[in-house]
Amino acid sequence: MLRALIALMLTLSFLSTASAQEKAVPDRSATGGAQTLEDIMARQRGDDVDNSFRSDATGNPDSAADTANQLGTLGGASDPELWRALRFGSADITASNNGPAATTLVQDGGMKWLKFREGPLAKYGGDLLMGTFILLTAFYFIRGRITIDGAKTGRTITRFKAIERFGHWLLAGSFIFLGITGLISLFGRKVLIPAFGHEAFAFLAVGSKWIHNNISWAFMLALAMIFVMWVIHNLPHKSDINWLLKGGGIFSKGHPPAKKFNGGQKLIFWSVILLGTSISVTGLALLFPFEINMFAATFAKLNAFGISGALGLGELRETLAPHEEMQYAQLWHAIVSFVLMAIILAHIYIGTVGMEGAYDAMGSGEVEEQWAREHHSIWVDEVMADTQSGSTKTTPAE
Amino acid sequence: MKIMLLAFLAIAVIAVGSNLILGQAGFSSQDRAAGPAVRLDD
Repeated sequence: MLRALIALMLTLSFLSTASAQEKAVPDRSATGGAQTLEDIMARQRGDDVDNSFRSDATGNPDSAADTANQLGTLGGASDPELWRALRFGSADITASNNGPAATTLVQDGGMKWLKFREGPLAKYGGDLLMGTFILLTAFYFIRGRITIDGAKTGRTITRFKAIERFGHWLLAGSFIFLGITGLISLFGRKVLIPAFGHEAFAFLAVGSKWIHNNISWAFMLALAMIFVMWVIHNLPHKSDINWLLKGGGIFSKGHPPAKKFNGGQKLIFWSVILLGTSISVTGLALLFPFEINMFAATFAKLNAFGISGALGLGELRETLAPHEEMQYAQLWHAIVSFVLMAIILAHIYIGTVGMEGAYDAMGSGEVEEQWAREHHSIWVDEVMADTQSGSTKTTPAE
Repeated sequence: MKIMLLAFLAIAVIAVGSNLILGQAGFSSQDRAAGPAVRLDD
């Protein structure tokens, strides 16, 4: 019975596959196998068109006409077949130029990239930054500055050592430079050239490119420093759940207990590490063009694990032209950077105008004890306990 | 404050240094893309 059922299901599945295949191949006999009006209309509607009838039609040297024959000069491939082979990347090309992408003569992913870069990327990226700025400003006027509730003690606790502050400012300074120069590069053609003209932008663009390319190393170095120095303090702790559930006490009296880094700071830390690493890797791919190709491999993995299907992206392309690898690297680099910039705007806000006493942690490294008790009570207790046990240890025996 | 300025100075030093090193590391477009028969410098 079970066998019969399996057999029936298999038969049905084959039937449905067969019918799907039959449906997928349109009749192109009227054009001799070339694309039909319906193909063109479908492409203009934005439908997915199976291009394999063109990408595979690149001639067959085995059935080549004799070279003495009128049609034999191209060795079994007609002109359109040769152009198709060039366009779909299957032509055997030899180039005197030894660059990594020298044998890619045609790649049509560029327009898609350009339109996305000038359109949704610039629009939504700009909106995200402006929206974040407006939200923070509104927050400031609604909530005001978060002040130290209790009486100040006049005593300070060392929160960050010099090397920690150095790593932080190396990361922060380089990120701000990279952010500004990145925005100049992205918005140059659409915003800056119309506003300031070609000459002024040319000067700005050359400078921005130099800064962006060379400051990136300080960012990567600082990212590694920050990770090594602070990862131990940013591992999840049960106090984080309470802290996050209470929203850090930002709208209430008093603050939930926290260790050296509270739940919000841990979110910032992991955002910086993960997004910063992603930006660094794609940045390296852009710094050394065509040397680091990772998107085709990533897409293949996303397809294999069914992630692309689950996200509604369909089957992602697993073969990309070298230029397309660069285009995807640029888009991902910019998208992730926009997200990180929005997060960092909030971080800058809370570390400066948003909270009394917060800047000292990175300024002098010494924070007011009362501030520390209100925002990082568990950490203060740990520091106090360490100091006391340390002083006990160092007290000479009598 | 002093540490912050020191870090900013380090950013400048790293930027200039990396530019010098990368310029000599053979990763310029000319080195990567042009064949030996091409003389772009001349």
